[in-house]
Amino acid sequence: MVALENTDTAGMTAGMTIDVQAVSHSFELHGAPLPVLDGVELRVEPGELVALLGPSGCGKSTLLRLIAGLEPPSHGRILADGRPIAGPDPSRVVVFQDPTLYPWRTVRDNAALGLEARGLLRSQGHRVDEALALVGLTGFEKAYPHQLSGGMAQRAALARALVNDPRLLVLDEPLGKLDSLTRLAMQSELVELWRRAGFTGLLVTHDIEEALFMATRVIVFSERPARIKADLPIDRPYPRHRGDPVLTELRHRILELLGLAETW
Amino acid sequence: MSVNDTAAALPAATGGALPNGAPIPSALPLRFSAAALLWFAASGMTALWPDAPDAQEWERTGEFASLLLVAAGLLALAAPLSAILRPAPRGWLAATTAGLSASVPWLIALALGVIGWEILTAKLNLLPRPFFVPPQALLEVYLDDWPRLLDCFAASLRLLVTGYAVGSALGVVAGVAIGWSRAVGYWVHPVLRLIGPLPATAWLPIAFFAFPTSWSASVFLIALASGVPVTILTWSGVAGVNSAYYDIARTLGASQRFLVLKVAVPAAMPHVFVGLFMGLGASFAVLVVAEMLGVKSGVGWYLQWAQGWAAYGNMYAALLVMALVCSGLVTLLFHVRDHLLAWQKGMLKW
Repeated sequence: MVALENTDTAGMTAGMTIDVQAVSHSFELHGAPLPVLDGVELRVEPGELVALLGPSGCGKSTLLRLIAGLEPPSHGRILADGRPIAGPDPSRVVVFQDPTLYPWRTVRDNAALGLEARGLLRSQGHRVDEALALVGLTGFEKAYPHQLSGGMAQRAALARALVNDPRLLVLDEPLGKLDSLTRLAMQSELVELWRRAGFTGLLVTHDIEEALFMATRVIVFSERPARIKADLPIDRPYPRHRGDPVLTELRHRILELLGLAETW
Repeated sequence: MSVNDTAAALPAATGGALPNGAPIPSALPLRFSAAALLWFAASGMTALWPDAPDAQEWERTGEFASLLLVAAGLLALAAPLSAILRPAPRGWLAATTAGLSASVPWLIALALGVIGWEILTAKLNLLPRPFFVPPQALLEVYLDDWPRLLDCFAASLRLLVTGYAVGSALGVVAGVAIGWSRAVGYWVHPVLRLIGPLPATAWLPIAFFAFPTSWSASVFLIALASGVPVTILTWSGVAGVNSAYYDIARTLGASQRFLVLKVAVPAAMPHVFVGLFMGLGASFAVLVVAEMLGVKSGVGWYLQWAQGWAAYGNMYAALLVMALVCSGLVTLLFHVRDHLLAWQKGMLKW
């Protein structure tokens, strides 16, 4: 497996194993249950970067919320390193589509949130500056979120996640609201970060090219309620090239799976 | 604060920063001179025109004229100063002059107002007495009755600050509790809905009867008047916090305590300050009423006392100081807010 190469380059954080076992989930909508996930089975090995791809509103983000521990699944169970997930934990950190930085905190104080919440700020404060340097925000520590561009805000949100040295980084369309140039640049940066740090990554996206460019595996979901339609390993070395014919071939297959082959 | 510096340094910063020192217009020395001339006129008219013969002679007329003369002199000094400083507007003196230049129209209007006031009252005695007094009567109060006035304002401030502090503190705690806990909301919300709209002064008869002293009763009334808006606004602030803020903190390992103190409260702060502002206004009203009806000191009592003796000069004098003090307190609150909420953009300036 490609991802295993990462462990010797970084190795400070061991990735987490995630085991989604027969998970179904539904919401209450106007008194009637609305099924969003239907019998999802998924195992993610340590150090993998798995992209979850599917139509808009199919339930991918819900799956991430369940894995993050923000909600319990209606049926089935999810194991993190073999233990059932009971609630949120700083070893599993989420980066949402909106950076949701706290507007009353400076960039540095936002990034320090996790350490502060766990009372580690005094002993490990240096990690905040390291994380900000890692995402290229050195010099912006004292800026407030409203002074940042969309890309910078998302970098700050990424720093806030990385400070906690997560073993699983959950990315919920993290680049979805960025302009296309910033987006391409940040795809490469994210891959770099993941390869260096060695965490397990889960990436929700609608962007097929993004999934193929970044992930070791692409999971294709159906319309809501989401079921897994295909599980495609992307066995290509990093750094990847967007023009790679193998990726182009895979892209065609995914479009077919999503019922969009006629646009090819 | 270096927020503006940071903003200017950031590529993404929005809004062009205004240059701090606005250019001083060239006609400024002339306008200062016009204002100074009017103040000289007011001073001379007050001193030289004898008071109406059919009325009493007002004391302190000379002192008032001198005061006007000093104001006129300072303005006359500002005229050449602004001409000298115009090429290079720098330093505090230039900043003061620039600030003053913006108020030249007001300075002119004030001088005209004083002249008109003086003529209508002391000089021609056209307005019914004792309800209307000339400006020197106010000066007389400040010069002769200042110990009592000072005493009253000190008493009022003590009462106001105590009541307002108690009310705001309880209001913030109650608001956060209602917004956070379903159980507290269940019990407190209906009570708040019933009692909140009732004006605090309606409790006055009960309060004076139920509390051991009229002072503690007044503290209660002021706390009630300021506490209700603070509670409601804090609650709405906490209830309106973006739920994603909590998700973020929870995934990073935050405790309930952290969620309340470090997420809900700061996120609700803009609302809390609206409540504090409304509460401050309400507390002024209750303070004066409480002092007029029960407490034996304070500005409310002073106003009542002055009216009882038909000492309208004292009343106007007290009202003027009161306006300045109330406005000062609101300004202070806004300064605190600006300091604490420096992260917000586009804030209302008081």
